[in-house]
Parts: sequence; structure tokens; C-alpha cells
Amino acid sequence: MSTTLPRHEDAPVKARAVREEQLPALRPVSARGPVAVALGALLGAVLLGISMGPADLSFSAALRVLLSHVPLLHFHSGVSRIDSDILWQIRLPRVVLGGLVGAMLAGGGAAFQGVFRNPLADPYLLGVAAGAGLGATAVIVAGPRLTQLLPLAAFAGAVGAVTLTYVVGATVGRQGATVSIVLAGVAVAALLTAIQTFLQQQHAQDLQSVYAWILGSLTVSSWSDVVLILPYVAVSAAVLLAHRRLLDVLRVGEDEADSLGVRSSRVRITIVAAATLGTAAAVAVSGLIGFVGIIVPHTVRLTTNASYRVVVPVSMIGGAAFLILADVAARTVLAPSEIPIGVVTAFVGAPFFLFVLRSRRVGRST
Amino acid sequence: MIAFESVTVRYDMVTALSDLTEDIGSGEWVGLIGPNGAGKTTLLRAVARLLPHEGEIRVDGVAVSSLSPKRLARLVAYVPQQPELPPDMTVGQYVLLGRTPHIAYFGFETGEDRSVCGELLGSLDLATMAERRLSTLSGGELQRLVLARALAQQAPVLLLDEPTSALDLGRRVEALELVDALRRERGLTVLSALHDLTLAGQFADRLILLGEGRAVSTGKPDEVLTEESLGRHFGASVRVMRSDVGDLIVIPQRVR
Ligand SMILES: Nc1ncnc2c1ncn2[C@@H]1O[C@H](COP(=O)(O)OP(=O)(O)O)[C@@H](O)[C@H]1O
Ligand SMILES: [Mg+2]
Repeated sequence: MSTTLPRHEDAPVKARAVREEQLPALRPVSARGPVAVALGALLGAVLLGISMGPADLSFSAALRVLLSHVPLLHFHSGVSRIDSDILWQIRLPRVVLGGLVGAMLAGGGAAFQGVFRNPLADPYLLGVAAGAGLGATAVIVAGPRLTQLLPLAAFAGAVGAVTLTYVVGATVGRQGATVSIVLAGVAVAALLTAIQTFLQQQHAQDLQSVYAWILGSLTVSSWSDVVLILPYVAVSAAVLLAHRRLLDVLRVGEDEADSLGVRSSRVRITIVAAATLGTAAAVAVSGLIGFVGIIVPHTVRLTTNASYRVVVPVSMIGGAAFLILADVAARTVLAPSEIPIGVVTAFVGAPFFLFVLRSRRVGRST
Repeated sequence: MIAFESVTVRYDMVTALSDLTEDIGSGEWVGLIGPNGAGKTTLLRAVARLLPHEGEIRVDGVAVSSLSPKRLARLVAYVPQQPELPPDMTVGQYVLLGRTPHIAYFGFETGEDRSVCGELLGSLDLATMAERRLSTLSGGELQRLVLARALAQQAPVLLLDEPTSALDLGRRVEALELVDALRRERGLTVLSALHDLTLAGQFADRLILLGEGRAVSTGKPDEVLTEESLGRHFGASVRVMRSDVGDLIVIPQRVR
């Protein structure tokens, strides 16, 4: 008490430094590392996707053709006209479409899992798949003259089904309560699937086409498909990304999110609407490709800090890479014939998922 | 700080709270006691506007029904009896959730939000755990973490629903001492449901005894914790005694 401290000029600075060391600010949440890794995977998947196929083209040729299409660059690829056309008109649109669909299914899956706080939720939960399946089947059995309308019918069926789910869910349960919405989704999906099966049985000659559509495929993809779904996918992805922080708030449940000042039921409807729109567009051009919406977000969750601020963007990029690679497998494994891509995603995805689960458990116990 | 004026809360069938009128002063710690189903949780949830109510509840002079959810969350922090604790969320992420009412809809937390949370973790002895997942924390640590999240809201009113029910004896006293220290330091008004009547008497300035949705007795602990009143409303025979330091001790009696 009686000793007086020497009054150094830097004494207050020192004191503050100690205080800061005791009570450090939290580190900012950053998605940079995982995003960079995912982008690397996506780049690799794109290059593989455009160079693999019946006509063998090298990685560097593929890269050069890409560069030659960059406006203002005036880069000359030196690749033959035919090869260049194969790349630009056939393979690249297929890769881009696969990427968009994969990004949407994975991003939508992450969002649905967050909104419904259910690890097994996927973008098809509220009837998107059943509705799209019914729309597509209706067009297919109506005959070849209407084929043009298939994407539109699938899209309308998907959006209609989810709307119906929300209406039914709101009338049977408390407004916006997740349990009644999910149950309504199950009921709506069962009903629409029943109608779809009935239609399909009445037109047995179309069974193969219906089945092929349901298993999903990127076979007939062109730039026009890309243009068709791009606006929906872009808007949907933007909305989901913009809600990535709020998805973390929803993780503590409706009540607590509300008590933190979030109108959770509104946030939930916004996210579901956005995810549905994008998924419906994806399904409309690619059919019902399964598993992507569950496997990809979970892989991301298990390998990062599990915040939606990381899970949403990284799932989108990773989903794009995953589906492009799945499509490469679909068209090369049994070449010249193709396997439905939905079979590939299930076949490759399920064991991969188990592997990630397992390695994580081992990592934890050590 | 919190005013109840003829507040009634109904569920579909039951009236869980009827015609409550009560005033809680700024800086006061009021304990809600009463048997299971008396309406303690209902009352707290009504203040946090998680339930609609009849009558009027005012916080800091403003009716809660007129406030936006965000403004309410800056006035009132609510800790449910069993908070949802996502096992793979990190401690840092969890505390930051408390800043939600201070962040715009599409916004992200600022450096200031992070330093508020960092300091809270420090003062609740959790500074070294920011990167740990919630699944790796002990009960006492989780309890402090939940408090840290509520305090991060920087709201003058703290609502706690049986904050000690999941803790062992030592941790209970510790948690309540912490709440007491924090409310003195920050001038918080605390309204908490308290299960343990002895602890309620030790920590609360005032008690409200609820019975079947009505405030049957309010006042200082020694006015409310009487053998006659507790016996009637808890449906059990109890003894109320004084310890050698003057605390009230409530003991249930076996029927022999
Ligand atoms: N969601 C609900 N729906 C219907 N009745 C409820 C609901 N929640 C609570 N109650 C009823 O309201 C009364 C008060 O419950 P509560 O406030 O939880 O009591 P406490 O917290 O004092 O144990 C009880 O009769 C209970 O059954
Ligand atoms: Mg209760």
C-alpha cells in the first residue's frame, strides 16, 4: 500500500495490453478457407467435366477453348473447330447446368435442414419432388407434342405442391409451426405420388420415359436450359446466402430465436420459398436427382465449424463440384451408354457419407 | 421496470394466469415461486411476448405488445428452463447470438459486437473456450454460457426460468451468486422462476407466490415463505426455520 509505483510514460498502455490479453474479442467467423478449398474442387471438376468424353480432349485444350471465349481477351485456342464446338456447345453447357443444379440442391438442402432443424430434411421435403414428378408425368403421358412443356410443368408441379403443403399445414396446425408443415408435406407428397403412379400405370407405354426422368439426367442439356433456370437459381442462391446468419439464429429453436428479436416464422417462409423456387427450377431441367441435398451439406458440416455462414456457401460450391463429377461418372463408367445420374449420386454419395461420419468419429475419440 | 396490469393468459382450454397486477422496480430481483403448473413459465413467456396476453405488460413504461420484436429483445433477455444448445455450435458462435437484436436483418456482427461477447466470456470465466463445441462443456459451464448470451443482449431486464434446476448444489449457489453480482454491477432487473424455496428466499428481494395462475402472496421472503401459505399452495406440509445466520430454510415434512 505504501509503495508508490514509478510513473512510466507507458504504464497505461501496458495495463491495457494486459486487459486485452485477458479478454480478447471473439475471432471473426470466416468462411474463407473452406470456400477456397471448395472453389479449388469446383475448378478441378469443371476441367474434368469438359475434357472427359468420347472425343478425347486434353485439359489444356479445354482451358484454351474456355479462354478463347472470354470477351476482349482475343485469345486464340489453336484447337480444331470441331473440338472447340464439342467443348463449347455440348460439354460446357452440360457442366454448367450440372453445376447450377448441384449448387441449388445442396444449398437448398442446407437451408431446409436449418429451417426445419432436422438433419434429414432435404429440398424435396415439402413435396417438390412429388409435384415435379406429377407435372412431368402428366406431360409425358400426354404425348410427344407437349414435350416442350415438360420443364414448365415440372416447375409448376413443384411450386404448386409446396404451396399446397403450406396451405394445408397452416389450416391443420398453428400458423407457421414446423411440425404441422412437415406433416402436411408428407401428406401432400403421398397424394401427388399416388396420382402420378396412377397416371403412369394408365400409360404403361410411357413407363420408360417417366422412369428415366424420375432418375434424373443431364443428357439433353444446352445453353437454353442454363438460361432457363439461371434467373431462378441466382435469385434463390442470393436469398439463401443473405440469410446465412439468420439460419444460425434459428438453430436455437423458434422460441429463443423469437426472444432474440427475430420473426422466425417469417424468416422461415422466406427461406423455404427461395429454396423451393430454385430447387423447382433445377428439378425441372434435370429430373429428381437424390442425395445431393443431404450428403453435401453434411459433409461440409462435419468438416468445418458447422455454422450456416460456412455451410450455405460451401455447400453450394461443393454441390456444384459434386454433381459435375457425378455426371462425369454417369457418362463415362459404362460408355457409350449412360447411367442415370441419380443412380450415381446415390451409389457414390451414400458410402462417402458413411466414410465422413466414420472418420469424424475416429477423429473425435482421439 | 416491469408492470403487470390485470394480465391474463389463456391457452386453448386452461387459463394459466388470471388477472395479475404487480409492479417490479428497477434493479429489483423478484422470484416467482409456486407449485408445478402454477403459471411461472407462462408469466415469463408473456413478458417476452412468446404468448399473447390480455391486459397490459409494460417494460420501462412501454407496453410490450407495442414494441417490435427487435426493440423488445433489447429490453428483455429471456432464458428458458431448457435452452436449446446445438451440440456442434461453438461457444463463440453461441454468445454472438445474443447480439442478434443489435444487428440488421441482412447484417453481420461488428468488431464491437465481438468485443462485447469476448469480454462477457472473460468475465464469466469462459474466455479460453470460445472455439469449443457446446457438446464438450459441463453443466455449470453451459449455464454460464447461456447467461453470457442473455447478457450480450445488453437488455436491462433479465427473465430466468428455473435457472438452477439442472445444476448440482454447489453450482446452484454459484449460478445465483453470479446473477446477483451481475445485476448489481449492471443494474439489471431480474424476474426469475425459482424452484428451490430456500434459495429463492436467500437471493430474491421479493417473492411472488403463484397458485393456479393467481398471485396468492407477494412480499419480502419472510412474508411469503410461511408454513401456512406454503403448506396450502404446495399441498404438502413444510417447516420454515431460520439458520444461525438468519436465512430462511424451507424443509418438506414426511407424513409419518
Ligand atoms: N402450451 C400449452 N398449452 C396448454 N396448456 C399449457 C401450455 N403450457 C402450459 N400450459 C398449462 O398452463 C398452466 C401453467 O403452466 P406453466 O406456466 O408451465 O407452469 P409452471 O412453470 O409454474 O410449472 C398449467 O396448467 C399447464 O398445464
Ligand atoms: Mg415452468
